[in-house]
Amino acid sequence: MKKGVDVFVKGLFRENPILVLLLGLCPVLAVSTSTRDALCMGVAFSFVLLFSNIIISSLRRFTPHHIRIPVFIVVIATFVTITDYLVAGYSPQLHRNLGVFIPLIVVNCIVLGRAEAFAYKNNPFLSLADAIGMGAGFTIIIVLIAIIRELLGAGTIFGKMIMPEGYQPVIMMILPPGAFLIMAFLIALQNKLVKK
Amino acid sequence: MISNDLNIFLIFLSALLVNNILLIRFIGLCSFFGISQRIESSLGMGAAVTFVMVMSSSVTWLIYNFLLIPFHLQYLRTISFILVIATLVQLVERFIRKYNPTLYQALGIYLPLVTTNCAILAAAFLGIDYHLSFLQNLIYALGISLGYLLAIILFSGLRERIALSPIPKAFKGVPIAFLTASLMSLAFLGFKGLFGL
Repeated sequence: MKKGVDVFVKGLFRENPILVLLLGLCPVLAVSTSTRDALCMGVAFSFVLLFSNIIISSLRRFTPHHIRIPVFIVVIATFVTITDYLVAGYSPQLHRNLGVFIPLIVVNCIVLGRAEAFAYKNNPFLSLADAIGMGAGFTIIIVLIAIIRELLGAGTIFGKMIMPEGYQPVIMMILPPGAFLIMAFLIALQNKLVKK
Repeated sequence: MISNDLNIFLIFLSALLVNNILLIRFIGLCSFFGISQRIESSLGMGAAVTFVMVMSSSVTWLIYNFLLIPFHLQYLRTISFILVIATLVQLVERFIRKYNPTLYQALGIYLPLVTTNCAILAAAFLGIDYHLSFLQNLIYALGISLGYLLAIILFSGLRERIALSPIPKAFKGVPIAFLTASLMSLAFLGFKGLFGL
């Protein structure tokens, strides 16, 4: 149980998939224009990661070593398709906003990376903890970036007005350059804090 | 936005500059930051992406329109596309190695990386989402991949110079690369509205 907690915590900070490992950047930068979309993307991503990790870990004794990558991809693609149809069914608007980034979870380096580096070598319980940690680490960062961008770029969080009246929004923050800019400062901050 | 009533030239320009896949749409960023330290490697990766993307999005277009739609199998889109792309890359790799060793020397090590490049899969999905015809889809893929090549070469040129400049310690490495990308993205944003796109 203690090992499970350790595995969970490392995904949040020490091995945070986005800030430290710099993996899976596309959705983080593209969908973080609004907090709501970012949160939904985080949940969809964690859902895929959770189930693919459990399945791959359960099948690890029956998966021949040299065809493991195609097997991983088929498992991941199955859950991505399920997620895609669930989102399209329950919230067509959200499906339009997230667009091509839901099917693109299939080639997200984090999901395939966790399958290869963790789930294929550990039991389903530890893989579950790993998926929750990595999923939470991903969701926290994407929501954090979205909060900063939405607050500066539109003056709102979750669509609610936060900034005082008369605030002139910095439109650039919700445009593409803003995403790169926030990311640059977050990683620099993280470098500064970790190296102390 | 791209739609199937635009003419081919506008589709090409839109994919190349106005909606640049890396700097405006944020697709394929792992390789953008991962292999852009040197111009030569960016050139190799960009050429491999162009080569594979034009071919793979044509093949996936044919599969979607002549296999998945007639049999009502659209839900197999994600799985079939990724498998087709992976197989195609393997085939191309073997083929080039046998018939054109010089080209293999140049592109060889980048080809396996292309399989997991999200830009390739995204090009296949986007062409279908916009309901493009076969020719439009081909030009669109060409535009996207040349846009990728353009952006990654410009970026690696800047990074080679930045590597020699004095910058704050916390910004060394990745953060300064993101700042550079931000400024480049701002520049590409200037193409918005070009020819009404």
